[in-house]
Amino acid sequence: MGNLGSLFKIAIRALLNNKTRSLLTMFGIIIGVASVITMLAIGEGSKKSIQSTIEGMGSNMITIFPSSGKMGGVHQGGSTMQTLRIEDYEAVKKKCEFISDISPLVNASGQAIYGSNNTPTSMYGVTADYLNVTKYKLKSGKLFTDRDVRCNAKVCVIGQTVVDNLFTNNENPIGQYIRFKSIPFQVIGVLEEKGEGTMGNDQDDIIFAPYTSVQKRILAITHINRIVASAISDNDTDSAIAQISEIIREKHDLQGGEENDFNVRSQKEMLSMMSTTMDTLTILLACVAGISLFIGGVGIMNIMYVSVTERTKEIGLRMSIGARGRDIMLQFLIESVLLCVTGGILGIILGFTATWALSSLSGWPTLISSSSVALSFFVSTLTGIFFGWSPARKAARLDPIEALRYE
Amino acid sequence: MSDKKIIETIDLRRDFIVGDETVRALKGINFSVKEGEFVTIMGTSGSGKSTLLNILGCLDTPTSGEYLLDGIPVKNMHRNERAFLRNRKIGFVFQSYNLLPKTTALENVELPLIYNSTVTAKERRERAEQALISVGLKDRMYHKSNQMSGGQMQRVAIARALVNNPVIILADEATGNLDTRTSFEILCLFQDLQKQGKTIAFVTHNPELEFYSGRSIILKDGHVTDDRVNNEIRLAAETLANMPKEED
Repeated sequence: MGNLGSLFKIAIRALLNNKTRSLLTMFGIIIGVASVITMLAIGEGSKKSIQSTIEGMGSNMITIFPSSGKMGGVHQGGSTMQTLRIEDYEAVKKKCEFISDISPLVNASGQAIYGSNNTPTSMYGVTADYLNVTKYKLKSGKLFTDRDVRCNAKVCVIGQTVVDNLFTNNENPIGQYIRFKSIPFQVIGVLEEKGEGTMGNDQDDIIFAPYTSVQKRILAITHINRIVASAISDNDTDSAIAQISEIIREKHDLQGGEENDFNVRSQKEMLSMMSTTMDTLTILLACVAGISLFIGGVGIMNIMYVSVTERTKEIGLRMSIGARGRDIMLQFLIESVLLCVTGGILGIILGFTATWALSSLSGWPTLISSSSVALSFFVSTLTGIFFGWSPARKAARLDPIEALRYE
Repeated sequence: MSDKKIIETIDLRRDFIVGDETVRALKGINFSVKEGEFVTIMGTSGSGKSTLLNILGCLDTPTSGEYLLDGIPVKNMHRNERAFLRNRKIGFVFQSYNLLPKTTALENVELPLIYNSTVTAKERRERAEQALISVGLKDRMYHKSNQMSGGQMQRVAIARALVNNPVIILADEATGNLDTRTSFEILCLFQDLQKQGKTIAFVTHNPELEFYSGRSIILKDGHVTDDRVNNEIRLAAETLANMPKEED
């Protein structure tokens, strides 16, 4: 075995002798590694941010919504189905023993108007329980009561964004009247700020009103869009889902073989569904990045073949003064690994820079895990060995006589 | 001169298969070289001298017969064993120098010792410096190969051949690329090395060179046609002194 330190020196010199070429060859690896780092950072970052927002909403939340189905022979999307009714809500509220809070939900979107100001927003028709389920808190004023719900009262509780958009003169919104779809609603409460939601939506751009008011005064419908409930504890979620399904099936008169015309989902399921989606996305991104790393590797292989051919005479000389095949092999392997590892390190630096630039420019959540850095480093070393192997073996197998005669 | 045989060939044959034909490059070569000899091996192209040199240099093995280098039979050796033998017992000097480009003289000379793990980095450097001093390049150690003249490059190559203390120096047309004056300077160096006890085999097609060595082996069509001792060895240094001064 030749002296390893000297072999490293030889390899470094060989690479420095062709600075431009080495740099250009490394470029493939640099881009490859940088994109692996960046893509994984985006994937991991979004996953993490989705997880934390969903967890912030309470992991024992359960949502019931209509599933897609047929209406008069026409297939419909879930959101247009009208199979969920207030009776379902009442039945679940009465019979299900694993839930602590429950609220129906009907939603309408439109302009909210106050004085000369107006803003596009959404109005959620709910009961006061809705705030417990979704962890909204009241900052000032009061909530609407069961009595308000019963008599379709024109009262509402508004989020901070709506306050900011409508009450521009710093007046106290409580007691004021805002109009939504021409119907005046008296503001009786203001919500504490909640910030961005799962999809980056503004959770404070919201108006809560009694569901009966929204149903009858604004939308003129009899069905409801969703039912949200919270299980008593995390552990009760599964039992709650089972029981809710049973109750609604009975209510909808569904026979044994018939499919549910509604869905019951827990936040936990949403979380794992989201995670799966994000994992798929991350894998996809990593694959794309992996392909560019692969192409970088092919570039290394190409240049190593060129290098072996160019230096045939040198290989012949080394053999004639006592280098064995494996000494030559090691020399060229060290060279390609050195190329890849240097490229890898530069790629990691570039990846960090790109990730930082991306998250500060677009505001995307990113997360560089140490495992992705380690992975990149490992993969680039492996790329060096993998793609350097065949050219190095070619060099090692040269016949010294032929190699010496090569011009 | 001792009686120790450095090189001994016994009915050495080498066949090459080219297509359907068998080309017999060496047809039974018998000779030996004793320690301290300076032998010229001469022959025209096609005489088999390159093939012989490859076998003597352990780069190739004979088809039949035996070759003993310093008493060691080479014929059935594996590639790696022959590489080891070249590293420890042979010093090559080539016609085209074969120095590594953009590399200093010192590093070029160190090269054979890199493949000898028993030599430390410090010892390697010292021995390389010593070898360069012995070929008269004390002031050129840190010059890169592309900053040197042909004669200087060949001196570096000779230093590289000396650095591992080989039992024999195999020179392949070592003066072939040099002008007459420089050729004699290099020849002078070889004669000095012989005086210091080195064994040298000098392969050439230049008949003039045989007057400067103690013995000539003439090769023709794969046979040794003549093996003669030269009792009136000319000194390259004298020839050099008698040469007309070059006009600049």
